[in-house]
Amino acid sequence: MMRASHRQPGFVAAILHRLSGIALAVFLPLHFLALGLALNGAAPLDTFLAVTRHPLVKAVEWALVVALALHMALGLRVLAIEFLPWRDRTVATVTTCIGAGFLVGLLLLLNRA
Amino acid sequence: MSPVLFLAQRLSAAVLAFAVTAHLATIIYAARAGMTAADVLARTHGNVAFFILYVVFVAAVAVHAPIGLRNVLREWTPWRGRSLDVALAAFALILLALGLRATVAVFVA
Amino acid sequence: MLAVEVWRGGASGRFQTFHVARSANQTVLDVVTNIQREQDATLAYRFACRVGMCGSCAMTVNGRPRWTCRTRVAAALGADATLRLEPLRNFPVVRDLAVDMRAFFEKWRAAKGQFEPGPELPDDFAVVAPASPQRQTADAGIECIGCGICYAACDVVAWEPDYLGPAALNRAWTLVNDVRDRGNAARLDAVSAGSGCHLCHTHMSCTTFCPKGLAPTYAIAGLKRTTLARALGKPR
Repeated sequence: MMRASHRQPGFVAAILHRLSGIALAVFLPLHFLALGLALNGAAPLDTFLAVTRHPLVKAVEWALVVALALHMALGLRVLAIEFLPWRDRTVATVTTCIGAGFLVGLLLLLNRA
Repeated sequence: MSPVLFLAQRLSAAVLAFAVTAHLATIIYAARAGMTAADVLARTHGNVAFFILYVVFVAAVAVHAPIGLRNVLREWTPWRGRSLDVALAAFALILLALGLRATVAVFVA
Repeated sequence: MLAVEVWRGGASGRFQTFHVARSANQTVLDVVTNIQREQDATLAYRFACRVGMCGSCAMTVNGRPRWTCRTRVAAALGADATLRLEPLRNFPVVRDLAVDMRAFFEKWRAAKGQFEPGPELPDDFAVVAPASPQRQTADAGIECIGCGICYAACDVVAWEPDYLGPAALNRAWTLVNDVRDRGNAARLDAVSAGSGCHLCHTHMSCTTFCPKGLAPTYAIAGLKRTTLARALGKPR
């Protein structure tokens, strides 16, 4: 049985923030390495980028963009709680943050070439 | 977590708020315009503004991510103490090095 | 009849099921007392005032830390069919539903959660305007009775055993805002140590479950801001 504290919106927010952060931290060195391929000219980068056209890779990319937006939105909520005289209406705020994250994802989906 | 780490974490977060917003806007713009990698690189080539933005972005990330991971590892795994701090400092340097390399790469490409 | 699963034992043990007659407006404390007096005298649990003033009866009811004297069975059950009673999380179990609160109060001391009058007696009574911002901030957290529910609800306490916890930090914040107190240098050191306020991740379980409606989350945020300003060398 899941602990009651885990059904609280504040906990959900913290867990999403943490998991998205871990995903981004794991992804970042790979992102930097991929971009660094440009140093060797266009060819190696293009070879690598051919891999990224795979649907699974595109799905993961999309998830990472959502993770970034989500991590930032929820992080801004933490900053607001800690530094502003703002009293959190937790459910509404967390829902808004998650919504903002997925809005970014939606925008990306609608415009993918 | 000490006040210094806390300050570094929150300060880098504030910097990242701007950098990430810019980055997300760029991503969505590029996707909307159907830009290829070559198109993107053409835009970053010789672009001093982007270069400076990404250097700041990379520096902030190199501070923010390792401190965040430190909390996660201390709380969710048995790993803690000096060895953890050293490992994460190394991770920070790796992020900084790879990130700056990538920033230079898209500037000169 | 109500089926009640009660934790028996210490850190390891088992759930024992009892059956108690339902009655109108029955509280969980009524149920536990009934079990101990009518069915199994070896059941260990705590209570004192029975009226929501002392906090002694706190335990985990269907996964949530609550005061049993102020929890109606009907409200605790919700959609569940059985009542499940466990000792408070994050405390060592003495036996059955009674927990050891020593570490909780040691952390209270470690956070300097006690008034420090200073080496010299003041010349006259302190004049503290009730409407002053500092007094209002202190008053927002002053009603804590040390029941331990926030500490039991806190995930960071579970993940980081040395974490001082929401109750101790909330009390420290009320004292930071007490203009008569002379111990803030040591107190701010205490709450900004490795196990202090900066470990809080704003899950807000403490604020959600506090039976007195206190908000340790914001007290801890206040401590974060204050210790940050201090670290940056700003006068306080």
